[in-house]
Amino acid sequence: MSATSGSGATEDALKIVEDATCTFCGCVCDDIELHVQKHTIVQAKRACVLGTAWFLNHEVEDVPSCRIEGRPASVEEGIERAAEILYEARYPLIYGLSDTTCESQRVAVSIADWIGANLDTTTSVCHGPSGMAFQGVGEVTCSLGEVRNRADLIIFWGSNPAESHPRHFTRYSLMPTGMFVPGGRKERTCVVIDVRKTKSARAADLFIPIRPRKDFEALWTLRALAADIEVDAEQVERETGQPLAIWQDLMDRMKAARFGVIFFGMGLTMTRGKHANSEALLALTRDMNRHTRFVCKPNRGHGNVTGADNVVSWRTGFPFGVNLGRGYPRFNPGEYTASDVLANREADAAMIIASDPMANFSEPARRHLQSIPYVALDPKETPTTRAATVAFTVATYGINVAGTAYRMDDVPIPLRPAFESPHPSDYEILRGIEKRVQQWYAAGRRPGGDGHR
Amino acid sequence: MSEETFILIPGRTSDQGCGISEGKYARRYSDAITAVQMNAQDMERLGLSEGQPVRIRSEHGSVVLPLQAARADELPQGLLFMAYGEYSSRLMGGETHGSGMPTSKGIDVTIEAAEADEVDTGRIA
Repeated sequence: MSATSGSGATEDALKIVEDATCTFCGCVCDDIELHVQKHTIVQAKRACVLGTAWFLNHEVEDVPSCRIEGRPASVEEGIERAAEILYEARYPLIYGLSDTTCESQRVAVSIADWIGANLDTTTSVCHGPSGMAFQGVGEVTCSLGEVRNRADLIIFWGSNPAESHPRHFTRYSLMPTGMFVPGGRKERTCVVIDVRKTKSARAADLFIPIRPRKDFEALWTLRALAADIEVDAEQVERETGQPLAIWQDLMDRMKAARFGVIFFGMGLTMTRGKHANSEALLALTRDMNRHTRFVCKPNRGHGNVTGADNVVSWRTGFPFGVNLGRGYPRFNPGEYTASDVLANREADAAMIIASDPMANFSEPARRHLQSIPYVALDPKETPTTRAATVAFTVATYGINVAGTAYRMDDVPIPLRPAFESPHPSDYEILRGIEKRVQQWYAAGRRPGGDGHR
Repeated sequence: MSEETFILIPGRTSDQGCGISEGKYARRYSDAITAVQMNAQDMERLGLSEGQPVRIRSEHGSVVLPLQAARADELPQGLLFMAYGEYSSRLMGGETHGSGMPTSKGIDVTIEAAEADEVDTGRIA
């Protein structure tokens, strides 16, 4: 998959990696051509603005691979200390996982199982509410390839792919010519529904601005119209900010479509209503199949957050927010999700993998994380690695590390690294911790000091 | 000016996304997460100008950040927008209402003019 050009096979020769995979966002574009000079990617052909920044800014960091309490330490010492922190804890939390390989995710779940940890991924603070809604309603869905080849009505609801997934339009949804949409963009209608006129709205044929925190009301209005139920026009306009005629026009377009798709974002899941908003959207999609073919998909943010959902589901039966403290998995968002476990001051130790809760969590959650011993793995320095008891600087997945990542439509994609890193991978660190934990377990030492929780 | 009520919408931006790759202690990221956008008509009504520091206060915390006029028709009146990051997180509460997800968008806030030496810009923990 890689070719080397230039005079002679010296270390400085330009290396070209074809079909490299970008793991910055959930699009996981696997058609990137990387030009690599020694330990630097100098060009990333076909990458978007986010992908280019991702590839060109992951050089080898000239920092220690491990720090314990801020002081440089060997990786072996770091693994020993990390294992000790996790094994001795009575309520350890393992969190993050959306920017690492499926292979590493699998090991992290094993560690959680050995030590009886609370296991959660960044899904809980992006599409976790949608994950809850999938269980309640189900998901009528398809691959992005089907969207590309079939969709003639594309709706983005509470999602701004022009900034969050810049190649979404050109590679998967709006612009491509497809088997059943040979005319490409001119045969597709694009609708954006949002509280502000985003960059994505500028690419749409129709933009419907709605009142903030009124997605639920708008979605149920559409459900009523799909079922030809009469609704109160005055109330619809008062609640949603748009006249009933606008919603009726949208419903007419939805019923007339040959293949419709709704991509939805965190405009639904992070705002009041949360899983109820996602449930309403999934139910609307299901309803539409009485009239035509309609599917929906959450636009997933991190490169392998979909892999995290898949791996945690294979291993525990649940996608996120899983507690293994009793030796079997229990799922309860709001109780076993990281934001809650930290803000409620329950966890007494943590391991954060490829995530930055010290920047992204609420103040009470951050305050508690800072007060307990925790381990952090990240290729870059972040507020989370700075405050960690044990911080590992790791190789970057997809750039230095091979493995598997899942695209947002649950399609697994292989990673083709560009160059080696002197830093260990997440996988190596996690396997080291797992081996130590297994040794202690086999020797009769029980996690949590005085027995399994 | 007296305190005014707004709804804050934190979200992704290209600069914030690129900034994550460049590094959270690099300029691009800290610039991206430390500006708050407001509709130009709201700014005029409140007598606020580009770059004016404003204190944004929610039920859970407060930050002082410089104001930026939103592009022509991007943001309706009554709404504020800022990129996700440490400063938007300070305005979130820990309650997840049984979902695991704190309310991170559509946050009720008040704003008032602040002084330049109160600005939080660039001081990431």
